Order: sequence, then C-alpha cells, then structure tokens
Amino acid sequence: MKSIETFIAVNRFGLGPAPGEADRAARDPRGWVRNQTRLPAVPLQSTTSLRDAATIGASFHTARMSGGEGLMKSIRAAYRSDFMTALSARTEHQLTTDRPFGERMVRFWFNHFTVSTSKRFIGPMIPAYEREAIRPHVFGRFSDLLRAATRHPVMLTYLDNQLSMGDGSRAGRFRTRRQGVDTTINENHAREILELHTLGVNGGYTQKDVMELARALTGWTHGGIRLGPDRRSVHGEFEFNAGFHEPGTRTVLGKRYPDGGPEQGEAILDDLARHPETANFLATKLVRHFVADDPPAADVAALAAIYRDTDGDLGAVSRGLVDLPSVWAEPLPKVKDHEELVISALRVTGSTQARARDLAVPLQELGQAPFSAPSPAGWGDRADDWLGPEALLRRVEWLRQLAATLPSSLVPARFLEDVLGPVTGEPLRTWVERAPSPDAALALVLASPAFQRR
Amino acid sequence: MYRRRFLTETSLFLGAGLGLGAGLAALPARLALAAAPTDRRLVLLLLRGGLDGLHAVVPYEDPQYRALRPTLALPPPGEAGGVLDLDGDFGLHPALGPLRTLYGRGELAVLPAATTAYRDRSHFDGQNLLENGSGKAFGARDGWLNRAVAALGEGGAAGEQARLGLALGPAVPLILRGDGGVQTWSDSRLPEVSEDFLKRLAKVYASDPAFEAALAQARGAPTPEIDGMGGRRRPFGDGDLVLSARAAADLLKRPDGPRVAVMESQGWDTHFDQGRRLDALLGDISAALVALRDGLGPAWRHTAVLVVSEFGRTAAENGSRGTDHGIGGLALLAGGNLRGGRVLGDWPGLAKRNLYEGRDLQPVNAYEDLFAAALVDHLGLAPDVVDRFVLPSGRADRRLSGLFA
Repeated sequence: MKSIETFIAVNRFGLGPAPGEADRAARDPRGWVRNQTRLPAVPLQSTTSLRDAATIGASFHTARMSGGEGLMKSIRAAYRSDFMTALSARTEHQLTTDRPFGERMVRFWFNHFTVSTSKRFIGPMIPAYEREAIRPHVFGRFSDLLRAATRHPVMLTYLDNQLSMGDGSRAGRFRTRRQGVDTTINENHAREILELHTLGVNGGYTQKDVMELARALTGWTHGGIRLGPDRRSVHGEFEFNAGFHEPGTRTVLGKRYPDGGPEQGEAILDDLARHPETANFLATKLVRHFVADDPPAADVAALAAIYRDTDGDLGAVSRGLVDLPSVWAEPLPKVKDHEELVISALRVTGSTQARARDLAVPLQELGQAPFSAPSPAGWGDRADDWLGPEALLRRVEWLRQLAATLPSSLVPARFLEDVLGPVTGEPLRTWVERAPSPDAALALVLASPAFQRR
Repeated sequence: MYRRRFLTETSLFLGAGLGLGAGLAALPARLALAAAPTDRRLVLLLLRGGLDGLHAVVPYEDPQYRALRPTLALPPPGEAGGVLDLDGDFGLHPALGPLRTLYGRGELAVLPAATTAYRDRSHFDGQNLLENGSGKAFGARDGWLNRAVAALGEGGAAGEQARLGLALGPAVPLILRGDGGVQTWSDSRLPEVSEDFLKRLAKVYASDPAFEAALAQARGAPTPEIDGMGGRRRPFGDGDLVLSARAAADLLKRPDGPRVAVMESQGWDTHFDQGRRLDALLGDISAALVALRDGLGPAWRHTAVLVVSEFGRTAAENGSRGTDHGIGGLALLAGGNLRGGRVLGDWPGLAKRNLYEGRDLQPVNAYEDLFAAALVDHLGLAPDVVDRFVLPSGRADRRLSGLFA
C-alpha cells in the first residue's frame, strides 16, 4: 500500500484491506468509497438458509404453549442453530465483501439501533433483525430505517413495547379491572426513541413528550401476544393491535397528531426523523465514528446540513463524510473496537471462511460478545471504551495466538507493507525486522498501535 | 504536585482519547500533603440499569406499598417468601437473606429514597453524573473514584499510586478512569503471551502514549490467587460477580494492594418481569458481598462497600410486571468499618402527594452525602480536597455523620 489516502479508505471506511483490496482502491480512494454508497444493498449470502425473525419468534410462541421448560429448550436450540449459523454467514460476508463501507455502516446503524442478547428471548432473532431492519436502509432514508427498526418485533420486545397498553384502551381497561394495576403503559421504547434514536438526550423533549409518544406507540406489537380478550393466531410479524392502542389525539413537541391506528405513531416518527436536533445528533455520532472521539463542530454542522437538505438521505450523508477534509487529515485518530479488530485481523490475513466460534470466542474473552451491547445506547465509540489495560492485554494475547496459526506464505516484511504501508513508521519497522520468528513478526504488526487504530 | 485530573467542561475538547494530559489548574500545594495511603478499603458496586430500591429493601409497613405493587409486592415478614425484617418498617428481599446476618452485626446499613443530584430519567446521563462526580452529565471526563485514588496516592511513596485503584472486568468504568493509577482484573481463557514478546511490544508502543500507558499498567498488575476456580477458567460475564469479588478481595487484602475497587453488574433495567429477574440479580449481589467479606478476612474490619445505581424506578409497577425509570433509589452499605444495623436517612413515604412528580419515590437522601462520608470519614481524605478536587458535586460539611468507625 502506497498512499495514506488509500490506507484511510480501506481502514476508516472499510474493514481493513483484504488481500488485493488496497490495489483496487488505490486508483481513486475517495471514488472507491463513494461508489459503494450508490450500489444496491447486498443481501447476506449463505449456503444454509437462514430463518427470518418472524419464523423464529413464532416457534418460541408455539413452544411457550407447552410451558416455561419448552420455551427455554426452544430458545437454547435456536441459539445453537439460528444464531450461530447467521453469525457465521455474517462474518464470512464481512470478510469477503468488496463493499466493506456498507458493512461498516451496517455495524454503525445496528449499534445506533442496538438490541442485545442481554434479553435472552430475542437473542436468536438478532442477526435476522440486522438483516431485515438495518441492512436494507444504510444508504437509504433515515426515516425508513427508523420506522423499520422501531416496528421490528425484536426491537419492540427488547424495549418492552409489545405489551404496552393504553390506560384507556380496551385491553388496558380490562387489565386495570382484573389486576388492579395503576397503569398498563410501558414508556421504555418511547424514551429510547427520543433519547437514543432521534433527538438525543439534549434534544429538547420532556417527560410529557415521552409519555405521549408511548401512548401513540401502544398497540405496536407482534402476533402471538395473547393477553386479554384478544385471541389471535401465533405469528412473529409486526402487528398493530387496536385493542392495546390508546385512543385520542397526541401532542409531541407541541404538534398535535390526530387519533388513528399505526399512522399516528408513524407520523410522529417521520417528524422526529426530520427534526434538526436529530440531524445534529446523528451527525455528531457519525463524525465521532469517522473523524475523532471529540467531533469537530464544523464537521458536525456540515454533515447535519446535508442531512437536513436531503431529508435524511443516508447515502448523501455518507458521501458527505467522504467530502470532509478532516477525514483525510489524520491516518490513525480512532481506536478500533474489539469486533472491528478481530474482523480486520481476519480480513488482512486472508481468511475468507469463518466459523461462528472464530468470532464469538475471542469476542467473548474480550468482553464484546456479538450482539451483546450492555445497554440500549450500544457500544461506546471512544478510545477509552476499548483501550483499558486488561482489554489491551487480551487483544494482544488473541492477536499473538492468531499470528501463530498463519501460513508461512505470509512474509512479515511484505505483510507490513501491504497492511500498514505508509503509516508503518519507527520503531515498528525496526522491531519487525528484529523479531525472533516470522510469527512473532506478524504478531507485532497486528498488535501494533497502527493496526489497532484506524 | 497534582497534574490535571479533574477535567472541566470547557477543557473537554482539548484532549483526544486517552491521556488527556492538557495541563490545567494545579491545586494548592498544601492540599497535596493532606492524604496518606491508608489501610482502609473502599469497594463500590455499581448496578447499571436502575435498581428498584423498593423491591430490594421493602417498606412493607407503608400503607401504599401493596396498592402500588399489586403483582410485585413481597409478603410481610413471617409469611412464606416474605421479606426479612430490619427495623419494623423495612425488610430485605429474601434473596438478600445472607445480608440480614451482617445487619445484625452492624456490618450492613441501608439508605432508602436516595440518588444523585440527577433528576431526569436517562440511564446514560444518570450513570455519567454518578461516575464523574461533577454534578453534570458531561461535567468531567474522569471519575471521582479515580480522583480519590490520585489523592490517596499523592501522600504516599513514589510508585505506590499505580496500584491503588482496581477495576474488575476488562474495561475501566468511567468512575475509575483518569490519571490516578488503576489496575484491572478479569478472568481470561486466552493463552498468556511471553514476557519476551511483551518487552518487544513495549518498544513498539513507545511511539503511542495511550498504548504505551495501557500496556505498562497491564504488565504491572499483580495476579490474584482465587480458590475454587477449578481447572477450567471461566469467561467474564454477568454471572461472574462472585468470582470478581473473590479476586477483588485477594488483591485488596494485600498490604501493598489496591485500596479502591469498582465492580459492575448489569441487567437492573427491569421494565418487564421484574420479580423473577431481581430474584437472581439480588442473589448475585448478596453472594458477592459475602465473598468479599470472606475473602478479605481480617481486612474486612477496614473495609466499606457501597452498592449504588444510577437512579431508582417508579413507585407503581407498570403494565408488564416491571417498573419504569424513576428518581429515588437505594444505597446499600456494608463493611467491617461500618456502624451499621440501621436504616439511614429520611423516609418520605409512598403516599401519592409525597411522590416525586406524582410517580417516583421522593429522593430525600443524597448519594453525594454518602460518598463524601466514605471519602472523608472512611478513606481519610481532607474535606477541602474532597470538595474541590474529588467530588465537586458534593459538600463535605453535609456528609452523613457517624457512619464509620
């Protein structure tokens, strides 16, 4: 690899240079990145057919009919089959794709709309959620992404909306009478939409807005919910349950939304997607991911303007990132998170096949097991989040172990040139030359700050 | 002299990533001599997600309790599955049973209706504010316990400072991040790397201060000896709180070991199916505290443990047999240096007119007053160091009095 610009293209925008990729990007690094935003989304290829979230979810609901034990068995089996198969397919896709910018954006937006195996029940469906709700929209409209993520059964379950009933709804009144509960609304999903998915915590909303959005979203659930007077067939797809929905006009951020079915909530989501605070919040996160831990205000403003001018076109926003001069100013401002480090190490060493455990085992040890973010805020995106002493030592341990398994056809001096090229510098070059064995030399390259950064 | 350790809001953008070394106002020199290394140990267990204090320490005599919690309420003392009475008004959740013995010995206390100065309902702002000690969600980028570590180390011999903080888990939480020396421990199944390789790597890292510092800290960290781990080492995870507690105890009890440890537990955001989930989580807490006491041995006498969470939850249960984010929460205190066996602070009651915004337990007791007491009366830091440097969100003169021996 010759130029720093190529290095930035394949690392900051991509997932690390797979063999030959840097040469392809070198002719026009910025164009190589930009063009990836104009191609249609690539569906995830897999030799085994992957079950969609609705099918997996429906199987859980069926299993539940036979009691708690049956449900647990069904969930465990789905972790072994659906989850691991999909994880392996996704990993292979990340290793082999020639559109790694799209994959980076799938990771970014998945993290923005995080769901997590911390809720055991949804775990086996999470890879399907990523395929169905996130992947198709990363270069599309944010409003479509927001709507797809919000109404996906996995998200509705993760943030507890699936059983949220309006206090004045048919099912809510029934429950209040029968069980004597004060309220049947669950505001969790509405709060996270405002705080984490759209406006951001300083975006100017109040507790009243949270409650009004929560009321608008009552009834957003999935088939298979069998509480109260409603008896429906078991299926795992999105379903608007009118019996759960709080009747009446809602007021969010001062605007009134007339009574209606799911259209009421959808109209609010559309306005949230269009809100200038949302533009700022999303731009800040993107600039943090692509430029620096502390996002320069000018870059945030530039990106937010593109977002507003294009009505939230994420393709245009992504190209806007490529146009930021500061993106190309520094080669190594960011520290990779653990998953990115593992994927990029496998990519640059030529892996094209991966068993799920090749990813899951090191990431479990590193503390970033796949799809297991500790909270709805997702994983952090600053150096401090990834560079604790213990975490660094484990990264080194795993990279050292990986280097010991690499084929002897990887010649350290050449590998250093291909992977780090113009950012190599001293003292790395000297210590790679002096390494006592080829695999120690490769390990030094992989464990170097230049490779652990991007 | 102190280097900059407390980053103010205005300086937030000066540094990037780790090692935010921009030099800021130094403290007066006399403060630097105020603290000395100590035989006191402070452990903070952070419950992320918002603990439902009313479910852990139950105000079973409060007339509103059962009405607010039709499906979640626990039976009174003496009944099957009932709470374990503390003082005739409050009772411990049965999963905290082993702690009832500590309470009887004066080694456990509870502070209900407590939280930080935070009055909103975002986990992340709430945790930031709890951890950075500035009184604002983004008021500082280092943590108040790190500044406590720094202040402790300042009085000691050179080099000692590097060992005074301890984070259990692969990442250092915000509350312990900063310039004060912190070691980390977590269990790993990855093969160890040879000393020779680490030496070479350290040479490579000479060009990158953040990597250099992290590696140096990792190499300097001592290893705990833990019983009962069996042949196969287990991965780190939520279920491993007890293992962390054992490791923490083994390191803390050493004469030259760390003095301030932070453990974390996830999963307390119980919007749904709270009863079952808290049975398990509270059991973990209880087992971890017992493991700390057993592991510390004679050093338990010099130890205080604080169990806190970013906020509490709604007084009433929601429609999913859970509770939503609320303000007033709970602190649990344990340790051999504690004058416990008491329910601390004020109790606002659960009557509707007394609830915060008509929905949450009124936060009449302040975490900051508890933290200041732990810093001054337990760790022995000077009140003005605590006010100006360690915990600007608190006021040492308002600290809870008579908590520690």
